[in-house]
Amino acid sequence: MKKLVNNPVNVVEEMVEGYVRAHPDYIKQLQSNDRALVNARETKENKVGILIGGGSGHEPGFLGYVGEGMADGVAVGNIFASPSPDPILEVTKAIDKGAGVVYLYGNYAGDVMNFGMAAEMADLEEDIKVGMALATDDVASAPKEEKDKRRGIAGEFFIYKAAGAAADFGYDLEEVVRIAKKANQNTRSMGVGTSPCYLPQTGEPSFEIGDNEMEIGLGHHGEPGIEKGPLETADKIADRLVNDILADIEITKGEEVAVLVNGLGSTPKMDLYIVYRRVEQILSERGIKIYRSYVGDYITSLEMGGCSVTLMKLDKELTDTIDHPVNCPMFVQK
Amino acid sequence: MELTSSGLKDFFKEVVEMIEKEKDYLCELDRKLGDGDHGVTMSIGWQAVNNKLNNELADIEDCGKVSITVGKTFLNAVGSSVGPLYATGFMRGAKIAKNKTVLNERDLTEYWVAFAKGVKERGQAEVGDKTMVDTLEPFANTLEVSINNSQEFEAAFSDAVKAAEKGMNSTKDIISKKGRSSRLGDRSIGVQDPGATSAYFILSKFLHFIKSNSAKTV
Repeated sequence: MKKLVNNPVNVVEEMVEGYVRAHPDYIKQLQSNDRALVNARETKENKVGILIGGGSGHEPGFLGYVGEGMADGVAVGNIFASPSPDPILEVTKAIDKGAGVVYLYGNYAGDVMNFGMAAEMADLEEDIKVGMALATDDVASAPKEEKDKRRGIAGEFFIYKAAGAAADFGYDLEEVVRIAKKANQNTRSMGVGTSPCYLPQTGEPSFEIGDNEMEIGLGHHGEPGIEKGPLETADKIADRLVNDILADIEITKGEEVAVLVNGLGSTPKMDLYIVYRRVEQILSERGIKIYRSYVGDYITSLEMGGCSVTLMKLDKELTDTIDHPVNCPMFVQK
Repeated sequence: MELTSSGLKDFFKEVVEMIEKEKDYLCELDRKLGDGDHGVTMSIGWQAVNNKLNNELADIEDCGKVSITVGKTFLNAVGSSVGPLYATGFMRGAKIAKNKTVLNERDLTEYWVAFAKGVKERGQAEVGDKTMVDTLEPFANTLEVSINNSQEFEAAFSDAVKAAEKGMNSTKDIISKKGRSSRLGDRSIGVQDPGATSAYFILSKFLHFIKSNSAKTV
């Protein structure tokens, strides 16, 4: 696998350095920890702080979503690995404006432990109130009865969007947590992988896959999917993903959704729009209205091939958060 | 035997070397179950530990301080899930070793039992979930029983490492229930758990270390 790197051991440090230098008007690195980045622009006093984070290799997730209308800070982990409590705690201290901080992250064992430890330290050592909401949008990662075991994938984007807006509206900690959890409750995703990613340090593929195969329901760290199947057309893939999602969450005729068709890193926009085309057809056949749609690379897995589809069922409250403007280096919504 | 802080540091340095040797093998196991980085992750953590051992810890004589620094350093370098797990193990061990410049056989028994229990508590896993606990729990149980029966630390630790190996091998036959690989279902059968493997490597390295230094203070 060919990659544009120097020493594979330094990829995260060098990416962060490049990112901070490319967008100094948006983001700054804390002196206390070079894996702790915060919004360079002053935020309002008493606004609830939004902290996101996770492993590297998902760009623009997660550092790309620090900015106005979304997150106030990010803790950056190694590739596909949770950040340690240290940078999380440093970001927490930096973004607390007296109203507490909400941690948003995916439901992965490592993230749960590291963010959990950081939250305990923030409470004990810094007297900062911390709320948490975990993304569990991936329907393929566990059966419906075991929803608490499900992982967060691209749907995390909608949760950031909802919580970021709620914090901007001036809601208090409990309310921001409530909205973030509600956004998660209303969001479902599922993906397929057509080609693996390669870890820079090992140069090895994350899973073996034949030219005519795809992994259905894959995780976004290059984990194999729940089943391997023959590579299908874009329409058939969209059918499978949307049908599995709609079998999991009831969205009835006349209801509105936000749609995200997310590339995993190496899928061209052309392919993503072909998938979106079919998603739109299915939803419109069922009388489900698309309120707003997002198509592109939102949470990736290095150069993995394939895509995921996410639907968030909307009500008035969530629609307001989806409409809220955002200005981040890697995502702008006016 | 007795272990001084400098012996403890020598052991940790041997772990650093061992992880570098086993890095690719651990990644290979992890590729079949997760994202294939367990060896890389362990290497990042232990290299950071190595740096501390050669600098800040070079003159530290408190075994507790050495162990807590190893745990915290590993955690901050790694994050991930192995970060909090191994860090908790070494920090629990540090509680036993606190303010001690020499660890006797009883301290060492308590150290490793606390280590194993700490990891289990942090990860909330049970035997049979296909994790490090499959290695660590039989190890700790055997160590406690065997030391009570024989009063012979090296023999007891050797029994415990055998139980750890058996536990590690058992992970081949079980379906993963924790972490990323739990989504694989039946597809996880046949593959040995990388975390159970690295935990076994650390314990067996300690056995090797005490065997080569038995009957003396190191």
